[in-house]
Amino acid sequence: MSAATTTAPAPALTPDARISPRAHVRHTGALVRRNLLWIRQDPESMFDALLMPVVFTLLFVYVFGGSIGQALGGGQDGYVQYVIPGMIAMMSMTLSQGVGTGFSQDFNSGVMDRFRSLPIGRGSVLFAKIAVEMLRMLFATTVLMIVAVLVGFDIDRWAGLFAAVGLSAVFASSIMWVFITLGVVLKNAQSVQAMGFLVLFPLQFGSSIFAPTQSMPGWLQAFTDYNPLSTLADAARGLMVGGPVAHDLWITLGWSVAITAVMAPVAIHKFRTKT
Amino acid sequence: MVPAIVWGMKRIDDIPRAADSAVTVRGLVKHYGETKALDGVDLDVREGTVMGVLGPNGAGKTTLVRILSTLITPDSGQAYVAGYDVVRQPRQLRRVIGLTGQYASVDEKLPGRENLYMIGRLLDLSRRDARARADELLERFSLTEAAKRPASTYSGGMRRRLDLAASMIGRPAVLYLDEPTTGLDPRTRNEVWDEVKRMVGDGVTVLLTTQYMEEAEQLASELTVVDRGKVIANGGIEELKAKVGGRTLRIRPADPLQLRPLAAYLDELGITGLARTTVDTERGAVLVPILSDEQLTAVVGAVTARGITVSAVTTELPSLDEVFLSLTGHRASAPQDPAPAPDDTREEVAV
Repeated sequence: MSAATTTAPAPALTPDARISPRAHVRHTGALVRRNLLWIRQDPESMFDALLMPVVFTLLFVYVFGGSIGQALGGGQDGYVQYVIPGMIAMMSMTLSQGVGTGFSQDFNSGVMDRFRSLPIGRGSVLFAKIAVEMLRMLFATTVLMIVAVLVGFDIDRWAGLFAAVGLSAVFASSIMWVFITLGVVLKNAQSVQAMGFLVLFPLQFGSSIFAPTQSMPGWLQAFTDYNPLSTLADAARGLMVGGPVAHDLWITLGWSVAITAVMAPVAIHKFRTKT
Repeated sequence: MVPAIVWGMKRIDDIPRAADSAVTVRGLVKHYGETKALDGVDLDVREGTVMGVLGPNGAGKTTLVRILSTLITPDSGQAYVAGYDVVRQPRQLRRVIGLTGQYASVDEKLPGRENLYMIGRLLDLSRRDARARADELLERFSLTEAAKRPASTYSGGMRRRLDLAASMIGRPAVLYLDEPTTGLDPRTRNEVWDEVKRMVGDGVTVLLTTQYMEEAEQLASELTVVDRGKVIANGGIEELKAKVGGRTLRIRPADPLQLRPLAAYLDELGITGLARTTVDTERGAVLVPILSDEQLTAVVGAVTARGITVSAVTTELPSLDEVFLSLTGHRASAPQDPAPAPDDTREEVAV
């Protein structure tokens, strides 16, 4: 190399240790765009958000709906009113797994190293992922409500519906920290999914999402009564079709705050110190 | 040009460092449990030069690059890049570096152009500037045609070119290339080398890690050889080549029966400073370590004078294994991937 060519290229910007709030928004925006482009490149990644509400609703309403509905005293139609609010709760849980698997993939493919070597706040990467999963959840909920109406759900409390969706989103945002931690700690996306399944399965079925808990044995009821998915489902039910709300609402919010308070610092710490 | 002075930033000068040093590393240590990934590494890269860091798998090359790009923190020791402390000033440091390598990569699902645009935005370019810079680099790295295709559809060479383009968006003062051609076929490797040479021509300082002596020779002006977390040799590339015996001349006689006579003849000839020959029976060639062009000419002349018909004459650079053997007395340790020792097929010729 000759001496004439050794001039370092001018830096694009003045180095500054701080990242302004506007820059944070810009970075998060660029990363949200990236995740949305993924969906455009790979529409199949939306299949779970599209098909899960359809399949689960049809399955539960037509397979179990008759007999559980009979026990409830409202037949299959009564079961539809029962299960749909529960589905909203379930969706928030299941789809929040995507944050964990997405992170795991980013770490393994080396994209995360690129991000972490760029002068951006590391929180931008987290928030972008959370924002996109929230959008996916909203999409799935919309699909769910369309199917719900088709199978005979009566939306007569729009405000209640929005409140229930909002509450689910709040709870989902807390549970996402758990999945982010799994995504950072576990080796690959498959283990995140497997571990997520282990956590989700008992929580979903050991709850009041699909069936009332009164007929369950006492020890199980003790679990289901404090299972946040039960309280979330019951709160959503109260909001959407009427009935008591306050008790379940507060327990759900309490869980959300507690999970966030414990898991967000853990997730952020693991994310920062991941080698 | 010293970027830190242009920007009016205070430089930290608590360690002795040459004025034109772009990367300064002193006593860097990083342990993973019992494993000493880095065990007291010193390194100086002068501005506008290419430093090759040569070593086998597990020598600590990637750990070094990861510390210098703020992805991990060292256990002890100091490292400065463009005057910024890797531990205390990671954010400023991230503005002046570019990273390309086996681990830092582009987003496979995004088209090439979107990858570059995204990084431009993350580097605080305006939308219009990010778009313009992306197009400029696509053009420069001959990726314009493939700009709209997802990176997952790219060939190995295109992927590396996109990686290089991505690391150039912020016009870095220091660029890390972590084994840029590992896993590429020879033709693609040459392609990537050409791109790197062009980037070096623009004056960027490069820290290159590699497992190939040939790659170091192609790209680097100075070389640091590392093994098991320690620097075992450093200096100009010519210096080191002389130390390890330079090239190897490989002569294949048309008649395999001529192998041993030819080797014995060359050994007896007494060309000044010529080391002993070896015979590679499997591939039917006599190997002669060559230190200078004069020796090379003399050997070729002697073979011609003797009237031996040869079917092939090639020169080879010493392999990483041979470099290690001559520098350390032991073979390059590659735990994951034990390569068969090349000497299995050779035997000493008795004089």
